[in-house]
Amino acid sequence: MPGLRGAALLLAAPVAAALLALAVAAAVLAVAGADPVATLSDALAYGLHPETLVAVVNKAIPYYLAGIAAAVGFHLRLFNIGIDGQYRLAAFAAAIVGASVALPAPLHIGLIAAVALVVGWGWAAIAGLLYVRRGVNVVISTIMLNAVATGLIAWLLSPERLGRLAPGSNNVTTPAIPESGWIAAIPTPAGDLNGLVVLAVLVGSGYWFVLNRTTLGFEVRAMGLSERAATVAGIRAPRLAVLTMAASGAIAGLVGLPQLLGASHRFGLDFPAGLAFTGLSVAILGRNHPVGVAIGAFVWAFLERSAQVLDLAGVSKEIVTILQAVIVLSIVVAYELVRRVRARQERRYVAQAVEGAAA
Amino acid sequence: MTAASMSTSAWRPAWLDGPVVRVALGFAVLSLLSGAFDAPDLFSRGGISATLRFSAPILLAGLGALWAERSGVINLGLEGMMIAGTWFGAWAAIEWGIGPGLVAGIGAGVAFGLLLAVLTATLGVDQAISGLSLGLLAAGLTRFLSSTTFAGVPGGSITTSPPVPDLATVSVPGIDALLAPAERAGVPILSDAAAVFLGLVTDVSVLTIAVVALVPLTWYVLWRTRLGLRIRAVGEAPEAADSLGVRPWRYRYLALAVSGGLAGLGGVYLVAVASSLYREGQTAGRGFIGLATVIFGNWNPWSVTLGSLIFGFTDALRTRQEVTVGVLLAGLGLLFAVVALRRLLARSWSGALLFGVPATAMLAWFWLVRVVPSELVSFAPHLTTLLVLAFARQRLRPPAALGEPFRRDDST
Repeated sequence: MPGLRGAALLLAAPVAAALLALAVAAAVLAVAGADPVATLSDALAYGLHPETLVAVVNKAIPYYLAGIAAAVGFHLRLFNIGIDGQYRLAAFAAAIVGASVALPAPLHIGLIAAVALVVGWGWAAIAGLLYVRRGVNVVISTIMLNAVATGLIAWLLSPERLGRLAPGSNNVTTPAIPESGWIAAIPTPAGDLNGLVVLAVLVGSGYWFVLNRTTLGFEVRAMGLSERAATVAGIRAPRLAVLTMAASGAIAGLVGLPQLLGASHRFGLDFPAGLAFTGLSVAILGRNHPVGVAIGAFVWAFLERSAQVLDLAGVSKEIVTILQAVIVLSIVVAYELVRRVRARQERRYVAQAVEGAAA
Repeated sequence: MTAASMSTSAWRPAWLDGPVVRVALGFAVLSLLSGAFDAPDLFSRGGISATLRFSAPILLAGLGALWAERSGVINLGLEGMMIAGTWFGAWAAIEWGIGPGLVAGIGAGVAFGLLLAVLTATLGVDQAISGLSLGLLAAGLTRFLSSTTFAGVPGGSITTSPPVPDLATVSVPGIDALLAPAERAGVPILSDAAAVFLGLVTDVSVLTIAVVALVPLTWYVLWRTRLGLRIRAVGEAPEAADSLGVRPWRYRYLALAVSGGLAGLGGVYLVAVASSLYREGQTAGRGFIGLATVIFGNWNPWSVTLGSLIFGFTDALRTRQEVTVGVLLAGLGLLFAVVALRRLLARSWSGALLFGVPATAMLAWFWLVRVVPSELVSFAPHLTTLLVLAFARQRLRPPAALGEPFRRDDST
C-alpha cells in the first residue's frame, strides 16, 4: 500500500465529516433565521479567545477521560454506556470518603482517587461478568446499571442520609472535602487551568503504554482484530472481556475527579451527568488513539463552549448537540467508505504485485 | 431450520403450559400479603390500569425491536426513535389534535428508522454506533426544537411541553355495576381478582387496545405472510435469500421503517396516554428495555408481550405507595426462598446460595424497613431487566444473521 495515498485517505475522512458538519450547521442556522457565515465566524472568534481556550481545555479534561474509558472497551467491541453511572457512583463514593477523613495532602488525594478507581472498576465489572457468564448485552446492562446508580445516589444523597442541604439553594451536596484533598489550579495568563490536566496526560500515556507495550495490550489488540485467531492462539476471550470492561470502568471512575478535586470539592445534585455518550463520541472521533481522543475531546469542548455565543445571535445553543451527532454519524460513514476504498486498493495492489512476480 | 418448524414455536406460547397455575398461586399469596400488611393499592383498579399504561410503550418498543432483529439488525436507535416520537407526537397533537399527533410521532419514528437503514444496510456502518448516534441526534434535535417551540408558549419550557390532548377511553358496558360490589366487598382474594379484572376492562384508552392488537398482527405478518417469511429469511441467511432474489437491503429498510414507526408510536403513547405532556428524558431507557424484552422473549411476539408486562408492572411501581412495593419485595423474597429451598433439596449448594442470600436480604429489608423508598423504586424496571436477563433461561435462539452487515462479495 503506497504510504502517501493511504495517509491522504485517512485524513480525508475527518475533513469530509467536518465539512459536512459545517454545512449542516449553516443549514440549521439559516433555518433558524440567523446569518450562517457571520454567526459561525463570531462563534469561532469567541472560541479562539485565550480565556475561552483555557475554559475549553478545562471542559475537555473529563471528556478525555471518558473518551479513553470508551476507547478501552471499543477494542473488544464493548460499548460501555455505563461510563455515566460508573463515574457518578465513583465520584459520589470518593466525595463521601474524602470528606470523612483528614490526611496529609498526597495520601488524601491518593485515597480519593483510589476509591473512585475501585468503585468504577467494580460497577463496570458487574456488566463484564453478566456479559461473559450470562451473555447479557453490554449496552443494555450498562444502561440499566446507570439507572440503578442514579437511583442509589439519589437515595443516599437525600438530606436524611449522607447529603446536606446547601445554604441558600435547593442543591443537596455531600460534605466538603477538606483542603488537603484539593488539587490546586495551574495559573496561566488567560485564567486557571484545572490541575487534573496532569491526570489526563497520565491516563493517556498509561493507556498507550499498556496497549502497545504489554502482553495484556497485545492480547486486547489481537482479540479486537480477530477473535477466532486470538482464541486459537490461546487468549481467553471471557477473561479478557471482563478485564477490559473493568479497566474501562476504572478509568471512567476518574471522570468525576477534575470536578471533585479541582473545582467543587463536593458531590451534589448539580454534578455533571451524561458524559457516557460524550466519551463514546470522542473515542469514535479519535479512533481510539490517545492523541486522537485528545483532539476529539478538545473539539467537543470547543463546540460546546463557542456555542455560548449563539444565544446572543438569537439562536438556541442546543444546535450544538445536533452538530455533534452529525459529526459522529458523518465520521463513521466517512471512515467506513475510506476503509472500503482502501480494501479495494489493497486488493488491486496485491494482484499487481503477484502478477509482477509471476512475469 | 425450515420456516414451518420455526413458526410452530412462535404461535404456541410455551408459557401457557404450566405457569398459569403458578401465576394464580403467586397472585393468591400476594393478595393475602397485601391484606395482612395493609397495602391497599397492590391490586387496585388504578394500579392495574397503570401497569397497562406503563407496559404499552415497552411493548411497542419490544415489537419494534422484534421487527428489526428478525430482519437481522439490532436496533440500538429505538430509544432515539421513541424520543422523536414523543416530541413530534406532542408537538403535532398540541398544534392540530391527537390524530395528527399520532401521524407525526409515527412518521418521525419511521424517518429515523429509514435513516438507520441507510446507515446500516446501504452504507454498512456498525449497527451499534449508528443506532446510538441516532439517539444522540434525536436528543439534540428535540431539545433544539423545544427551545424554539415549547419554550415560548405558556405552560411550556425548553424541557416540557404544554398539556397534550388525551385520547378517548372505553369500558366494557355494564361490567362496572356487575363487579364493583365484589371489588369493594373486602373478601381477601376475590376482591383483588375483581379489581384486577375491572382494571383491565374499564377506562382503557383506545390506543392501548390498538397496541394490544399489534401483537397478533405482528405475529401474523411475520409468520403467516410471504413478506414476513422474507424478512425472517433475511435475518437468518441473507446470502441465501439474496441468491433467491430476495434483496436483503429492501427488507431491512422495510423492517426498520416498521420498527421505527412502532417506537415512534410508543413515544406518542408516552406523551398522550401514559402522561399528559412531553418531558425531556421521558423515554427513560424504555427503548432499551424493549430490546431486553426481545431477548427475554426469545424473538417471539407472545413472550415479548409477557416481558413487557413484567417490565411495565415494575415501571408502574413508581405510582404505588412505598408500603405496597415493600409487600412486593417480601413476595419476591418468598419466591426466592422457595427456589433456594428447592435447590437445597436438590443438593445444589451454589444454587441455594445464589437465591438464598437475596431472599434473606429482601425478607430482612421488609422486616426491618417495611417500605421501599421512591428513589429506589425509580430503578425497579431497570434492575428487573438486569435480573431477568441474568437469570432467565439461556436456551435462546436469535436470528442467525443478527448484527451482521450484509454485503455482496463483489462489493467488499
